Amino acid sequence: MIEWLRLFGEQTLAATARLGRGHMFLLRVLLGLPGLLRRPGLVINQIYATGVLSLLIIAVSGLFVGMVLGLQGYNTLVSFGAEQSLGVLVALSLTRELGPVVSALLFSGRAGSALTAEIGLMKATEQLSGMEMMAVDPERRIVAPRLLGGMIALPLLAAIFTLVGVFGGYFVGTVLLGVDSGAFWSQMQAQVSFTEDVVNGVIKSLVFGFVVTWTAVFEGVDCTPTSEGVSRATTRTVVHSSLAVLGLDFILTALMFD
Amino acid sequence: MATDTGGRTNDCVVEIENLHFSRGTRQIFAGVNISIRRGEVAAIMGPSGTGKTTLLRLIGGQLRPDAGRIRIDGVDVHTLKRRALYQLRKRMGMLFQSGALFTHLNCFENVAFPLREHTRLSQALIRHLVLIKLEAVGLRGAHALYPAELSGGMARRVALARALALDPMVVMYDEPFSGQDPISMGILVRLIRLLNDALGLTSIVVSHDVAETAEIADRVHVISAGKVVESGSPQALRASSSEWVQQFLNALPDGPVPFHYPGPSLEEDLLGHRGAGAAL
Repeated sequence: MIEWLRLFGEQTLAATARLGRGHMFLLRVLLGLPGLLRRPGLVINQIYATGVLSLLIIAVSGLFVGMVLGLQGYNTLVSFGAEQSLGVLVALSLTRELGPVVSALLFSGRAGSALTAEIGLMKATEQLSGMEMMAVDPERRIVAPRLLGGMIALPLLAAIFTLVGVFGGYFVGTVLLGVDSGAFWSQMQAQVSFTEDVVNGVIKSLVFGFVVTWTAVFEGVDCTPTSEGVSRATTRTVVHSSLAVLGLDFILTALMFD
Repeated sequence: MATDTGGRTNDCVVEIENLHFSRGTRQIFAGVNISIRRGEVAAIMGPSGTGKTTLLRLIGGQLRPDAGRIRIDGVDVHTLKRRALYQLRKRMGMLFQSGALFTHLNCFENVAFPLREHTRLSQALIRHLVLIKLEAVGLRGAHALYPAELSGGMARRVALARALALDPMVVMYDEPFSGQDPISMGILVRLIRLLNDALGLTSIVVSHDVAETAEIADRVHVISAGKVVESGSPQALRASSSEWVQQFLNALPDGPVPFHYPGPSLEEDLLGHRGAGAAL
């Protein structure tokens, strides 16, 4: 019992210390963000690495998610004779939930893990130490552009995911299942609100982009500098950021759409 | 046994006074005193695990000592604010054991990195400077190669060119000779001495390669069990009466550092019921 309590205390302390380190790290990185205004090229490179290189998986997933939504939505709506509202169902599901959430989960697996592994390996091969000794702060030179790049890339990816998804739903609904194309678009136009649905979706993906990228860069910097340490950190990035995205999604949804 | 280097004058670039440092419960330094004069090649030697690399990180301000002071060119490293510490680091070069080259940049860009980060020189001037530095280490022709395409010795020479890019005052070498073939080793040994004298540097070489280090060092500081056990010129050290220093310099398998790891006697282990493997 005592041993169990001791272990519990030890793990709680370790987790709290880690949380504290993560926040202090974030503060230092945020302080480095203004310096990036002078070197936008660093951020653009990161938007390319995390955003452009994730385009394929995001677009393909968006297409399939939209197509499945079209199929499932049609099957449910048709029993009420409401298949004309398929456009609303597809668009609302994607802008409010699936766009931000699924793209954040994919982003965590594709770009987050790559960020952790890259920074972790730089640490393991003393590149970060070397940079420090060259009087270049890795938190400003390496971490800050990646954090900002990720925060910019994910909302754009989520928008692309949603757009491709809507077309996927349209293809299945109207081309394959015969829903009227005019009704599909006009109902969507009438029912989807820009301020309520689209803006809230964008806010969600901004928050997710921040959380996933922060987790990824922190895990990279904080990892044990061995191959095993880097592999564990990469796994932790995907697990922790995915859980954080799902948890935060619930909170944000409760706040936005009550 | 001398525990101090003596001769501490204003002409010392690096002064380490009463340095204490521990990691967890393990004490690594317990009162180290070393002073390194301007223009000399100082070697810090000792067996693996004595904290030689840690000492370089302490000098570079990457670690904080528990007690004691490290002054570089008269400035106490650990009282500096972040900005001042980074300014000081621009005047220090460090060659890591692994080279620590950026794997996504080629040799040219690796050497250009500190120049691009800290200066506003024109592209043409940066190109000249980088090629001059690479020429100094004999690798101008390899400027387009990536670190993965270099041998270990070449990678270290590129890292050396990068460490020299900002014309530092002090260059620190972390185990520059380990794992090198005889030719690479010979090149590095000569380069360290030559560059030190030609560029007016002060060099700190951390190593356990006795012969190579003794060949180029002006003074050698031998560290063991958290203290400097002997300091002096390589010749003076060879004449040292310390059994420990003799064992280290002459690579004797047994001596004050025992060959056998402490444990019960062989008879006890072989004939007794307790000891190694008894639980199996």
